[in-house]
Formats: sequence, C-alpha cells, structure tokens
Amino acid sequence: MSSLTIKGVYKSFGQVEVLKDISLDIQSGEFLVLVGPSGCGKSTLLNLIAGLETVTRGEIFIRDQMVNGVSPKDRDIAMVFQTYALYPSMSVRKNISFGLEMRKIPKDEIKKIVEKVAGILQIEELLNRKPAQLSGGQRQRVAMGRALARSPSIFLFDEPLSNLDAKLRVEMRTEIKLLHHRLGVTTVYVTHDQIEAMTLADRIAIMKDGTIQQFDTPRNVYKNPANLFVGGFIGSPAMNFIPTQVVQVGDGQGVVLDVDGGQSYTLPASPGNGALAQWVGREVLFGLRPEYLSDSLPDQDEEPQVHELECRVTVVEPTGADTIVFVNINGVKTTCRVHPDSAGKPGETMRLVTDMTKVFFFDPDTGERI
Amino acid sequence: MAEKSLAVVPRTPGVVAGRIFIYTLLGIAAVYFLLPFLVMVMTSVKTMEDIRMGTLISLPREINFDAWSEAWSSACIGVNCQGIRGYFLNSIKMVIPAVFISTALGAVNGYVFSKWRFKGSEVIFSMLLIGCFIPFQVILLPMALTLGKLGIAQSINGLVLVHVVYGLAFTTLFFRNFYVSIPDDLVRAARIDGAGFFRIFWRIILPVSAPIIVVTVIWQTTQIWNDFLFGVVFSGGDSQPVTVALNNLVNTSTGVKKYNVDMAAAIIAASPTLLVYILAGKYFLRGLTAGSVKG
Repeated sequence: MSSLTIKGVYKSFGQVEVLKDISLDIQSGEFLVLVGPSGCGKSTLLNLIAGLETVTRGEIFIRDQMVNGVSPKDRDIAMVFQTYALYPSMSVRKNISFGLEMRKIPKDEIKKIVEKVAGILQIEELLNRKPAQLSGGQRQRVAMGRALARSPSIFLFDEPLSNLDAKLRVEMRTEIKLLHHRLGVTTVYVTHDQIEAMTLADRIAIMKDGTIQQFDTPRNVYKNPANLFVGGFIGSPAMNFIPTQVVQVGDGQGVVLDVDGGQSYTLPASPGNGALAQWVGREVLFGLRPEYLSDSLPDQDEEPQVHELECRVTVVEPTGADTIVFVNINGVKTTCRVHPDSAGKPGETMRLVTDMTKVFFFDPDTGERI
Repeated sequence: MAEKSLAVVPRTPGVVAGRIFIYTLLGIAAVYFLLPFLVMVMTSVKTMEDIRMGTLISLPREINFDAWSEAWSSACIGVNCQGIRGYFLNSIKMVIPAVFISTALGAVNGYVFSKWRFKGSEVIFSMLLIGCFIPFQVILLPMALTLGKLGIAQSINGLVLVHVVYGLAFTTLFFRNFYVSIPDDLVRAARIDGAGFFRIFWRIILPVSAPIIVVTVIWQTTQIWNDFLFGVVFSGGDSQPVTVALNNLVNTSTGVKKYNVDMAAAIIAASPTLLVYILAGKYFLRGLTAGSVKG
C-alpha cells in the first residue's frame, strides 16, 4: 500500500517559487530522507506534508486519501522539530500526553501509553521534569516520545539531530534507525547531512533549488548519480571533478590526465559508456571518487580497467583509518583516500591506482551525466 | 551570580576608590530624588501651626496624622466636603477593569501578530503602533463624540473604554515583541498535536507569559492611575478619578491653605503606583530584559 504520494506539487511564497513539480511516492513502512543544501525547499516540503503550509498547486495523499484541505491534526502524522518544540511550562509527562488529551483519549489509557513510550525511549525517570531541566539529548528523546505516543501513520522529522553534539548525533542516528526497524512506521526525514541521509534512508530524495535531482536508494545514488550535483553531494570526502578532454583511444574513448610533475596519462574509458563517442575532442568533467583513487584497490591485478598514476603529493591529512592525500591533476586539487601506511609525504611522488569502471563523466555546461 | 562576580574583583586601591565614587554618586542621586518626597511626608504630619512657624525642611515638632484623615474623609473638594475617599475608589474602579481588559486584549493581539500572521497583518500592526505616538490632546474631541454616541459620557465606564483603546497600542506592542522570541515550532507542534487557536494560547503561550504580563500590568496601572487629562475631560462630578480630585482639592480656595492636607492627599493619590513598583519592580526589570537572556 502506498503510504505517501506527492503529485506535481508546487509551492510559492509570493513571487518566489520554492518547490517546482515535486512528485514522490513511498510505500508503507519506508524511510524516506529529503536531503539537500539549505534553501533547497526540503523543510517546506515537509511542512506541506504536515499541513502547516498549503500547497500552491498539486496534490498530496496520505494512505491514498487526498489531504490538501485537511488540517494538520487530522492528517494522522506526528512531527519532531529541530528545536524540539517542547512545551516549556509542562512536565515531560504532560508534553507526551498533550496530543492524546486533545484527542479525548481516556485518562487511564493515556497513562498506559505514556509509560510504554517512556519505556521504549528510556526516559521513565524524566517524566516529572520540565524541559528546561533536560539536556539536549534528553529533550530529543522527549520530542520523539511525543511523536511516538500518538502512533501516527507517518513520522515527520525536521533535522532532529542538528542541535546535538557530534557523538550524540551518531548515537541518536542509530537509535532512530533501530526504532524504525522496531515500529515499521513510514517516516519522512529532512536533513542537510548526506551521511545521515545515507545511513537512515530506504530511499533518498536529493533536492536542489526546489526540484528533486534524484530519488533512489542510498546505494544507487552513490553508485549511479544522476548528475553533477548528486555526484558532488553524496559521498565523503566529496567526489573530484577534473576538467579533461575526451580523446579517441583505439576503438574506444579515453581521457587525458596531466599530473603534477609533468607526466601525462591517457586512460581509456570503460567500454560500457557509448555516449562518450559524441564527446571526442570536447571538454568534460571527469568524476572520480577519492576511494577509487588510492594506493591499492581490491582485485586490481585481475581488473583490466585499473590504471596506475604517479602523482606528487601536496598535502596529507591523516584521519585515522584512512589518510587523505591531495594531488594535482589537470591543475585541480584532487582528493585521494589511501591506506595510512602507504601515504607519501608532501613533495614525494606516490603511485596511485584508479578503476575506470567506477568513474563518471558529466557535461560541464548542464551538469548532466554522460 | 552577582556575589560571585563581585568576589573575584581584586581589592586594589584603584578598585576601592572606584567603588567609593560609584556609591557616592548613587547616594547623591538617591537623596536628590527622595528629598521632595521626604518634604511631602514631613509636611503631611505637621500641624498647620508647625508649618507656619518652621521652614520647609525643618523636622516636625510632633507627628500628627490629622491631615491624613482630613484628606481622606473630610477635606472640601469644591462644595463637597467628604475628602478624596470616593474619588480614590473611582480610580480603583477605573484602573482594575481598564488594566485587565487592555492587557488581555493586548496578549491576544500580540499572539495573533506574532504567531498567526495573515495577509496584511504587518500593515495592521504598523497602523496600531502609530497609536503609541498619538498625543492625548488629539483624540479628545472625537473621543468625546464617541462616548456621547455610546451613552457612556461622564461615567467610569466611559473612562475605562478610553483607557483600553488608548492602551491597546502599547500592550499589543509589548506582547507581540515578547512572543516573537518564542519559537514558532511550539505553535506548529501544538497544531499537529490537535490544539486550536485559543487552546494553544491558553495552554502553551500564556503559561510562559508571566514576565511580560507583569511589565504590561505595571505600565498600564501607572499610566491609567496617573492620567489627568482624560480624567478631567471625560468624567462627571461623581465619576472623577483621584488625580482630578487632588487638583480640585488643592485649588479649592476657601479659607486657609492647608499644606499638610494637600500633601497627605497627594501621597495617598500616588501610593498605589508607588506600591506597585515596590512590590513588582524587580519583575518589571526582569520582564523588560526577558527577551535578551533566552536560553
């Protein structure tokens, strides 16, 4: 059953069009993440789903019911806010039960629900405190408890972790995922953090300037980015974009890479991409993920598409498990992810390998994938 | 907090000298502002003979409260010799409903202008703000006509209406600016939880409004209690507020000028506002700075 369907939604504030022709469809129990840079319209889209804003054009369905004119309280949703939005004058218990009270649920039943929710989130000992007496992480839990108590058909999360410190954010992220596995409730989650998006989502909608750039599983948006923006947004460290020229190499095509130090390589593209033939002699952006420009790659000896480059190292940044090495290719600072033991020192030359089956080509003018 | 920050200041001679300077200055200022009040209190407990014999700042030879009881219940205001008691009650009957209504309306207005903005609400709010800058004198004539049409001219109800209308601009401004600092997400969360306009106001917004309510009540009480112009223009003989009665008492020129009675009446007339500041002054300061120390 389809849990949430968005059909051709537009939203304007005055003259400014913040959402353009948004269409999405998720199944019951799915975890959808809306991700994008600030100002891309993701929070507005969430507010439209919640009913806190009205759509300018288009339709929104929740459980196959058109909800355009339905008020937030009747949409069977619950929302967790970035600022937590706990009612400051009420105890934690009252905060959780407020929504139930409004829905005229009998007192003893409310009591049972509050205790159950408090048990799930392990906030039993906080029930009689005021929000001001809680830490950030505890407030976050209470905010989630308030949403859980209503057992809605859709959970909406508006950047719920961005006010927490880094360590707590990772912990809560795992907890949200666990909770979703346990309860199986359809969830729409807004974030600007691509790692949060990748780790939590069943499907990701990557947004920019009010449009959806790609709507797919985390694995596919990483393996198969639709355009330059998605390629650069997903993955950390970010993908390298190297301007280069497409040349004819035998029957196929290849790209020319001039590395710092004078060496020039011509790497043949993997034969799978036929569209590249039309680009011979023209400039493209060569997209190369740092993890595929490394000191060694799995199966590099059997894979005919793996090529070697001798590059001079400019900067080295150890991160612990990996070391990030910067080199210059075609005059562009290029990030490589290498094993700490084989990282060269600045000024030294280092042997790097790249897998041409894992690279992307983008049109430098439109940003579209080739 | 305050004690702590004082404790860490090293007591060098420079710091001590600075402290002495500050306290001296504060002391002089306090005396300067309190002196007239002291003269009033001293004069009010002197007998008339004492006043004639001594100077303005000489201490009373004996303390005598006759002037106070005379001012309260038997001084002549015009031809009516029953003191300012009745007028004092008039003021209370005027101030309590006027403060309550203008504060309540201001709170709801502020709630709408900050949390339920609609097309044109900013324009309406700006227009309302102009009300803060309209001088009293400008609205006298139109207000007199309005009160006449409504049939509440020369009555306490009429005065209440005038003060509510005139105070609304200020109370709305106070509440609106306070509510702007309350996150909008609270209202959104409550809407999703199923609460409506008034329920959100009553259960979520009002419970956190105590600081601004105190500010508004003090402000309005002082303004309305101390008002003279509206009182003198819009009240009839038996609905005059105490400020008008005080003026009439002092200006009633039959026989001897009783300075002690005048002073006692003036202190009685000023006492409610004084009391409000003494009791709630610290909340007033706290409320005024409440927005700036969030978190």
